[in-house]
Amino acid sequence: MEKPQTLFEKIWNEHLVAQQPDSPAVLYIDLQLVHEVTSPQAFTGLRERGLKVRRPDRTVATVDHSLPTLSADGTVEGRLALADDLARKQIAQLEENAREFGIESFGAASDRNGIVHVIGPELGLTQPGMTIVCGDSHTSTHGAFGALAFGIGTSEVEHVLATQCLLQRQPMTCEVRVEGSLKKGVTAKDIILALIAKIGVAGGVGYVLEYTGPVIRALSMEERMTVCNMSIEAGARAGLIAPDETTFEYLAGRKYAPKGADWDAAVARWRKLPSDEGAKYDRTVTLDVSDLEPMITYGTNPGMGMPITASLPTLESASDGGLKKALAYMDLPAGQPLLGHKVDVVFIGSCTNSRLSDLREAARVMRGRKVAEGVRVLVVPGSQQIKRDAEAEGLDKVFTDAGAEWREAGCSMCIAMNGDMIQPGQYAVSTSNRNFEGRQGKGGRTMLASPLTAAAAAVTGVVTDVRTLLDD
Amino acid sequence: MQAFTQLNSRVVALPLDDIDTDQIIPARFLKITDKADLANHLFNDWRYNPDGSPRADFIINQPEANDAQILFAGDNFGCGSSREHAPWALVGFGFRVVIATSFGDIFRNNSLKNGLLPIKVSPQVHQQMREILEESPRAEWSVDLNEQSLTIPSGLKVNFDIDPFSKTCLLQGKDELGYLLSVMDQIVAYEKAHLKQVPA
Ligand code: SF4
Repeated sequence: MEKPQTLFEKIWNEHLVAQQPDSPAVLYIDLQLVHEVTSPQAFTGLRERGLKVRRPDRTVATVDHSLPTLSADGTVEGRLALADDLARKQIAQLEENAREFGIESFGAASDRNGIVHVIGPELGLTQPGMTIVCGDSHTSTHGAFGALAFGIGTSEVEHVLATQCLLQRQPMTCEVRVEGSLKKGVTAKDIILALIAKIGVAGGVGYVLEYTGPVIRALSMEERMTVCNMSIEAGARAGLIAPDETTFEYLAGRKYAPKGADWDAAVARWRKLPSDEGAKYDRTVTLDVSDLEPMITYGTNPGMGMPITASLPTLESASDGGLKKALAYMDLPAGQPLLGHKVDVVFIGSCTNSRLSDLREAARVMRGRKVAEGVRVLVVPGSQQIKRDAEAEGLDKVFTDAGAEWREAGCSMCIAMNGDMIQPGQYAVSTSNRNFEGRQGKGGRTMLASPLTAAAAAVTGVVTDVRTLLDD
Repeated sequence: MQAFTQLNSRVVALPLDDIDTDQIIPARFLKITDKADLANHLFNDWRYNPDGSPRADFIINQPEANDAQILFAGDNFGCGSSREHAPWALVGFGFRVVIATSFGDIFRNNSLKNGLLPIKVSPQVHQQMREILEESPRAEWSVDLNEQSLTIPSGLKVNFDIDPFSKTCLLQGKDELGYLLSVMDQIVAYEKAHLKQVPA
């Protein structure tokens, strides 16, 4: 009998092109996604060497980071008019590169553009068993489909454009078993924040995390993407979830998903991907979520998170100066609770939590309520398609009636490159993935949480336990 | 890529844990395409006051940082975003070596592709180095890639790991794309054998 294999090993072995002793493996890449910020130098590199894009048919581009989410007059030109010169140049450069090298591009004018990690799955480009890369660390999102997906640097973007391959050292595998069952008001975002708080922001370095267990099986695809998205915040190379009926149901009928007999053949292949009985991981971590509360971060890395009703750690409990520095930056008192702390801005969006189900969750809390006085609330759908879907069910009205801003799709305040940002000293509850110093605007202070918890802060103006606002 | 063989240099000490790439180069500078200009924004938000004047107490602004080529960091240096602008800014400023107890995975890869040598040391050695730096902050340390050794004048000498492939690339200043292009026959053969099964 063959040695039992993990999902990771199956994908890795299937994509090995060459492996010489003392050299990293040459790994074949099925799909490269490209965005405007990390690709310009890669295309320049190709031109300098006189190279072409080897597989334009396996390369897809979009604009998301620098594109304004407002429009001066409701048109695309009006959106671009609000961008600064450098951003406009970067966006134009991407579109030009895509044209010159024959790559399909969902540019500023496309009605299917959006955050790269949102549109890949939405268009059915992301499929089980694939290798997927992008010059962006949150490429780990696509692992929710049982694809080996990870972020790369710009030099590597160029390597993949030129050869469709990447040099890689084989990572180790870590099974993350999520046990128990989720209580009311506790979501996929809380699971991943709890995991990172437990293993730390370097806890996954060198590993691919495969999430398993009954709680993961019960999650929707959108929730699975939220979990895999933040694998990188634990330092992991990638996150993975084995494909199952939930995965196939999500993909069926999507623009780039296989059709007809090809679909049946693909599903048959995908069914063989899950880790075999008895397959060995290099490490296993178990997380029981039965008593999990909504989570929130208080510090300046995603590992500095705690249950919403908990008190901040005391300085004596810290092993180095990091906590002290973080609390000084956040201007939060050690040892005190965070509940009731004032909030200036709420951001609902980003590749972690900007999909339709996230917006529905936020709307559940905000429906019939008003944004608290003095709070700025930005709701930014992850893609143009999500924007249309949300509007079709009236979610935009829920947000605007409450007093929130309803925006065009993009990365927006997650990275503050497009003009959407928080002001120095302000506190934001954000559904994004990074609370690093200045990430959402210089001097801004970010508390990461789920869409439910963010919406609760929006309507109360303070850090709130959303469970007190939910009916059933 | 500039080849790396051996260097002697003073050390810039920034021994904080979890310095993420958003601190190394904040996102609003990612639209800059000129690498020299990126170096002006290395650690921008720690380095400058809100009015743009340099903060005298930040180590990078002190005269001894001027031609230092070694950065001494804490644990998990370069975590976060995949931006290669981080090593570009570090190299642009003049750094060729970063010492830490661990590195962000993508940052480490990006560094090796840009002639920046990430040296991982154990927490014990790191602690020793910290103490030495406190006593003699201006001493020159030497790094020899061929020997995989780092020598401190006070007598400490440590060996570090680097995989043979990255070592050769660094020593020769050769980049990986050349290697990939050299196995193109195998790539073509792989595509012929496998792509029928994989949907495009
Ligand atoms: S939403 Fe944020 S984390 Fe996601 S791709 Fe955009 S900038 Fe990166």
